[in-house]
Amino acid sequence: MDSAGQPSAPSPLVVRNLAKSYGGRAAVDGISFELKRGECFGLLGPNGAGKTTTLRCCLGLTTPDSGDIRLVGEAVPTRAREARQRVGVVPQFDNLDPDFTAAENLLVYARYFGIADADAKRRIPELLDFAGLGGKDRSKLSGLSGGMKRRLTLARALINDPDLLLLDEPTTGLDPQARHLIWERLKRLLGDGKTILLTTHFMDEAERLCDRIAIIDAGRIVTQGAPRALIGELIEPSVVEVFGDGAAHWAHDHAAGFARRCEVTGETAFCYVEDAKPLLAHLDRRPELRTLHRPANLEDVFLKLTGRELRD
Amino acid sequence: MNALLALRWIAVWRRNFLVWRKLALPSVLGNLADPMIYMFGLGYGLGSLLPQVAGVPYISFLAAGTLCASTMNSASFEALYSAFSRMHVQKTWDAMLNAPVALEDVVAGEWIWAATKALFSGSAILLVVWALGLTESSQLLWVLPLIFLLGLCFSAMGLIVTTLAPSYDFFMFYFTLLITPMTLLSGVFFPLSQLPPPLQAVAQALPLTHAVALVRPLLLGELPPSPLLHVAVLATIALTAFAIALKLAQRRLLA
Repeated sequence: MDSAGQPSAPSPLVVRNLAKSYGGRAAVDGISFELKRGECFGLLGPNGAGKTTTLRCCLGLTTPDSGDIRLVGEAVPTRAREARQRVGVVPQFDNLDPDFTAAENLLVYARYFGIADADAKRRIPELLDFAGLGGKDRSKLSGLSGGMKRRLTLARALINDPDLLLLDEPTTGLDPQARHLIWERLKRLLGDGKTILLTTHFMDEAERLCDRIAIIDAGRIVTQGAPRALIGELIEPSVVEVFGDGAAHWAHDHAAGFARRCEVTGETAFCYVEDAKPLLAHLDRRPELRTLHRPANLEDVFLKLTGRELRD
Repeated sequence: MNALLALRWIAVWRRNFLVWRKLALPSVLGNLADPMIYMFGLGYGLGSLLPQVAGVPYISFLAAGTLCASTMNSASFEALYSAFSRMHVQKTWDAMLNAPVALEDVVAGEWIWAATKALFSGSAILLVVWALGLTESSQLLWVLPLIFLLGLCFSAMGLIVTTLAPSYDFFMFYFTLLITPMTLLSGVFFPLSQLPPPLQAVAQALPLTHAVALVRPLLLGELPPSPLLHVAVLATIALTAFAIALKLAQRRLLA
């Protein structure tokens, strides 16, 4: 995991007992985690779980009520600006400059880091190429698609060649093609030895990209570890989804005989089983019910730990 | 590195300057049109009905007032509508804060930028006034730092309102309740002595009054009476308003 192979090098981000409340309501309630150099670490949680507040604290944009943060070795918030000098950020909502072309966006952003124009101009074509925006340097922002803007934001976050990238829901709102392209680029950055912290509520994204994840709910870390390990430890290996008219009734009467756990939402029953064969044989005799048998995934872990109620 | 970080407000200023440069000509001409209409419309139209005002032709009297009022408007519009777009709508400030730029740099950059833009449009008006022979003063260059200072005043006051504003509609109150009355009470269109004494006292508390009191004599080729007092009032308002705007920005953005 430690691809840089430097056990003595400081962790890119250490968070200890972080707490922050707004108006008496705890947004973050005692969170601790530590990134390893070169890994991709995912913060997962439903809306309002405290992901964005955690990131804001890490960047020194919000002063926590208590806790310690060290970002790229610097104490935050006291030395937050020095730390941000070596960090790249992709915010949740695009805040590219609509008045500028793609290249100007990068040039102006480089100045915020104190990078000389000549150095920035040398780097910009390379970054645009990396973002799949080669030849788009003079494109106005209004002419770029949502995916292109997202990639330009990623290129902007790399202008200072950061040690650590913080990505807040990097693929929210993108179509599948655009998401895959972002994932591919992030993997390339990991291959180059960058460390990434990302927040997401897409479980497939976390499973695909993250070496380790922490699931946050109501401001606390519910569990953390490698995605495959968490799936292996925390949940039954197989899921049989039963849906169609009468699925809820069927689950009420029969599911307990076959599944250790069964959750019903609307007209779908999710049966978590060690061995799916007896249940599938039983369901064969109930042709009015449709079934889907699949291995358990991170989403099942997530829903088990954070519940199925809506969070808005 | 700390010395370099201290200069990051310049990057914020340059960002705004680059946007302005793309639209510089229409921007300056647009800023010029409104004051010119007032100056010629009132100056020649109303002026033809008047004997001299304060010892000079009305249009010469009006030139300094128009210059100051339009500098005020230019700084106010930039610090209100444009800064609010960057802070709240486009989230440009958020992007800057994710880089090693402090909120102090962002607000200082915006403050000095809006004053710079006011200086640009004020200079354009001054050029027209000079080209038309409405002033023969040899002290015109003194006007430039003064309108920059006036720009700093109204830029900082505008930023206070911006950091409090829930939406663009909020700015209407500021213009209706503060800027418009100030334009009428500060000696822009007529001498302060025409006002009833209580209003004359109110006028002394308005920054525009002090700017007009400095700029008008300079355009007429005279030395302003008690210049240091007027400059001190403007500088105090500018610095105090900036400090307040910064506190409000911290409350709004760094919670």
